[in-house]
Amino acid sequence: MKKNFWLTIGFQIAAVILALLFTTLVLLMAGAPPIQAYVSIIKGTFSSLEDIGNVLSAWAPLLLTTAGVLITFAAGLWNIGIEGQVVIGAIFTTGALRLLQDSSMPPGMILVLGFLAGMLGGALWGSLAGVLKTFGGVNEIFGGLGLNFVATAITIYLIFGPWKRPGIASLSGTLVFPNQLWLPTVPVAGFSPWALGLGLLVILIVYLLLRGTLFGLRLKAVGKNIRAAYSLGVPTWQYMMFAFLLCGAFAGLAGAVQVTGVYHRLTPGISSGYGFLGLLVAMLINYQAIWAAPIALFYAALNIGGIQLPILLKLDSSLSGVLQGVLVLFVLLVEGARQRLFEKR
Amino acid sequence: MRVELKDIHKTFGSVHANVGISMDIPAGTIQGILGENGAGKSTLMKILSGFIRADQGEIVLDGQPVVIHSPADALRHGVGMLHQDPLDFPPMRVIDNFILGSEGGLLPNTVEALKDFNHLSEQFGFSLDPEEYVDAMTVGERQQLEILRLIWLGARVLIFDEPTTGISTTQKVNLFAALRLMSKQGMTVLFVSHKLEDVEGLCDSVVVLAQGHLVGEVKPPYSTQKLVEMMFGKAITLGERMPGTCGDVALSLRKMAVEDYRMHIGDIDLDVCGGEVIGVAGMEGSGQGLFLRALAGIVRTVAGQVIVGGQDLTGCDYHVFKRHGVAFLPASRLEEGLVSGLNLTEHVILAQEAEGFFINWEKGRELAQQRIIEFNIRGTPSNTVESLSGGNQQRALLALMRVPLNLLLLEHPTRGLDIESTIYIWGKLKERCRSDGTAILFVSSDLEEILQYSDRVLVFFSGKVTPPLYADLLTTEKLGELIGGIGWSELTKTGERP
Repeated sequence: MKKNFWLTIGFQIAAVILALLFTTLVLLMAGAPPIQAYVSIIKGTFSSLEDIGNVLSAWAPLLLTTAGVLITFAAGLWNIGIEGQVVIGAIFTTGALRLLQDSSMPPGMILVLGFLAGMLGGALWGSLAGVLKTFGGVNEIFGGLGLNFVATAITIYLIFGPWKRPGIASLSGTLVFPNQLWLPTVPVAGFSPWALGLGLLVILIVYLLLRGTLFGLRLKAVGKNIRAAYSLGVPTWQYMMFAFLLCGAFAGLAGAVQVTGVYHRLTPGISSGYGFLGLLVAMLINYQAIWAAPIALFYAALNIGGIQLPILLKLDSSLSGVLQGVLVLFVLLVEGARQRLFEKR
Repeated sequence: MRVELKDIHKTFGSVHANVGISMDIPAGTIQGILGENGAGKSTLMKILSGFIRADQGEIVLDGQPVVIHSPADALRHGVGMLHQDPLDFPPMRVIDNFILGSEGGLLPNTVEALKDFNHLSEQFGFSLDPEEYVDAMTVGERQQLEILRLIWLGARVLIFDEPTTGISTTQKVNLFAALRLMSKQGMTVLFVSHKLEDVEGLCDSVVVLAQGHLVGEVKPPYSTQKLVEMMFGKAITLGERMPGTCGDVALSLRKMAVEDYRMHIGDIDLDVCGGEVIGVAGMEGSGQGLFLRALAGIVRTVAGQVIVGGQDLTGCDYHVFKRHGVAFLPASRLEEGLVSGLNLTEHVILAQEAEGFFINWEKGRELAQQRIIEFNIRGTPSNTVESLSGGNQQRALLALMRVPLNLLLLEHPTRGLDIESTIYIWGKLKERCRSDGTAILFVSSDLEEILQYSDRVLVFFSGKVTPPLYADLLTTEKLGELIGGIGWSELTKTGERP
């Protein structure tokens, strides 16, 4: 048992090294100095209080999407539609804030309602994918992909149509909300402790849900063998719907955080790709919720660290994305190799 | 083509599926291969047709030793196999299926192939439309397509695995005529079946396999009794029979009918009383699986009523049946019964009535440990189910049953278990019948087990069902014949006591 543990760790380290080597290769092909690039990524994450704040700001929504897909993965579902669920969550939050901003309600109350609206929107969009899957026989990957496009289309329509800025519509999004509807942030660092607390709370909830509740156990049974789960008495399609609803709700919260804590308006790229990134994180941690927080932090740091690259080295900031993706690929690859080599059947 | 098999061995884990099997089949022979489920017939045929490789032994074709790596390889050597479920592509046309396996280039010569197809089709007296889509055809027609395809690809040895299952009488007559024509043309036909009648009427010679061994070869004229005896071997004693008690009616079937794409089983009338055990006999795929699933609400019935404990549950979901005290234990444990990746504790918790939102792991582990002891499972609460042996998986499945039950449906409850465990498990089951008045219906391919533990027996054959027969009036020979489709016309309304 102990030997196996160290073997696994060894292989994981090998995966990280391989991923770095591969990324270095990409850098060399692009004619960039690799060491300098890595240094600037690292520097970009914690050389100033503001950088750290940015990382934490990215961490919160990523925690929420990761938590969401951990639920759907547990049920054996590939919820690619998480991106769209984030977007619709953001739209619902924006809608609620627009509706209530001129009312006499206290701003805190409006924000809470905005978050609830975001959850509702995300859950709604998630349940659409769920309905397509359970009643329409549409694979959730295809359904989710389609719904992602629809969600983006709705955003664009709103930004250029009903919710356009007074005077001229702009790709930069809707009109910025008044200051009192912004999530309060820590001075200088500029991140919202509320968003971060929410993210950590949700990850904790998911961890407990999957570990210690009948709901989580049944969800896992559905994910691992739907027929046997059914014969053990689990209402299978209902649980699949639950998973979509819950994941959608968390994704919707991520959307709400993006609107109220980061952009303070609705923009075309409101999700910042955190839905897909959440899928990557979940895969990298082998769907174990306990690792979600640190790895999500690492990925958030990579995202922010990459921002400096264009300025410093005239490299595209998507280099971080290369590293993020390659890391997952190599971890999966190396895990496959380990199983082939050491778990012969 | 002459086919010789020399000392073929094959093991799967601890199961010795083929034990030193040797055969010599001259060209132009229709060779019957007879044996009960798990006797090793399919393994042997899969070895010959390249689907699996023997651990040891030699295949000699026309005096030439050959090594067969794959089905395509087998076909190059002239050996082709027709599977029980046709391996074709239903959404494609007949002619596309026909051409599919050929070694053409990028652009197959369809015109030439079509000519060959029509020529062969005529020769064998088949009437297949090359433009028809395969999913619109019957199993019999798909079989004909497969025969033509294999012969066109150069097969000189054809293996038929249970070819008369699911085809009409006319198609059977056609098939047999085609097989005889093949043998006349010097092809060798290997006819794998459990239907004594078919084998006796068709084959030039019959070998019988039992438990991986070749028991013997028989030439015509055949004695049915001898074949049955060879197939099912000598009896093992399981102790005294314990006749069941009879309580209230637990299950009533009224003109019930079920069907799948292969068969329709209709007009089943049955009353089972509490505490009674009904054995369901028949070769695999004769409709018993379908029947049992229909009684659990997993498969919908197409006509009639299913009444459990006085409640009409026709058309209800399995979970409704479950609430009315019905449990179904499938034969495919890891596909339908247990969840790979979850451990015994988790299974016990899942199978229990839900108690609150949070799991009490301590209690779950204790419960699991209790069941492990009670059902003699070799494992710990934290063992995942796939790490258990087959026999222990079966015991785990039994240990997960909720009690008390009205009706317990079991598929091969003791398959893969040694005799002591079998006796142990049945002791547990009988106890349940006596104390809770649970009625049991179980499917088994073990005739001894059926006669030993049932009060009454249903026999399935090609989608037909006998009336319930009293087990104490049956013998293994008689039961073996019924399973093989013999002696059905003599069945009066009975099995009833004189």
